[in-house]
Amino acid sequence: MKVSLTRRYKFAAAHRLHAPALSDQENRRIYGKCNNPYGHGHNYEVSVTVTGPVDRATGMIANLGELDPFVNREVVDAFDHKNLNEEIPVFQTVVPTTENLCREVFRRLQSFPAARLERVRIEETSKNSFEVTSDRDGPESR
Amino acid sequence: MVRITRKVEFSASHMYHNPAFSAEENRRVFGKCNNPHGHGHNYTLEVTVAGEPDPQTGMVLDLKELKEILQQEVVDRMDHRHLNYEVPELAGKIPTCENVASLIWTLLDPRITKGHLHRVRLYESDDLYADVTEDAPPSGAEGNRS
Repeated sequence: MKVSLTRRYKFAAAHRLHAPALSDQENRRIYGKCNNPYGHGHNYEVSVTVTGPVDRATGMIANLGELDPFVNREVVDAFDHKNLNEEIPVFQTVVPTTENLCREVFRRLQSFPAARLERVRIEETSKNSFEVTSDRDGPESR
Repeated sequence: MVRITRKVEFSASHMYHNPAFSAEENRRVFGKCNNPHGHGHNYTLEVTVAGEPDPQTGMVLDLKELKEILQQEVVDRMDHRHLNYEVPELAGKIPTCENVASLIWTLLDPRITKGHLHRVRLYESDDLYADVTEDAPPSGAEGNRS
């Protein structure tokens, strides 16, 4: 049997979907109200799944005493109450869709030392969610 | 292949303590979960069974039957119990979400005779759950991931 552990974290952030390579008209057509130049925001919910052997001494795949501070430092504190376009360097050149946000969160978390990062799932709202998983043989290729 | 999922809830208390650790090490590793008086959770269990629907009944497994199995194997054994002291199958193990979910898989797997057990998901809270699934087949043995 295979065991994994999933922990949910939350942060609130602003973003705007706008691709500089496209005309203003194309941006409005593709991104609709998400292209509003003043931006908008979401309460993001991030579910982080790690896998690996269950340590016999602790009964754990990963100690939340280690996972929580790691995720809080790398993601929650970095993104909470921020403007993703303006304050997260990667999103100055990459459109901060939640697909791309998933990839950035995965990239930031895959160095977690105590267990293998298997999946990052982000709910942008209660009606849509996005996932990035590791390839079977290694981390997600970018 | 169709998957069906049944949800059930139970409440239980537990604490984390490894007798091989010093008191200080137990506090460091397990934090507030090491409180010797224990604490508790409302657990939510989601059990997924996969299989082909029976052509006569249209069902993979009658959910009433699954409900009865979950009642016998999980709720009767764990609901309103202290997992450290009242569930003998957990003796010698730390009753983490990972270990309790693994025990539930072990208890349910032989009871599912129509279809097969696909996943056990145990929520300790809204923000934390453990999944137990079958081992992934060896690379290339099944499916096509191209």
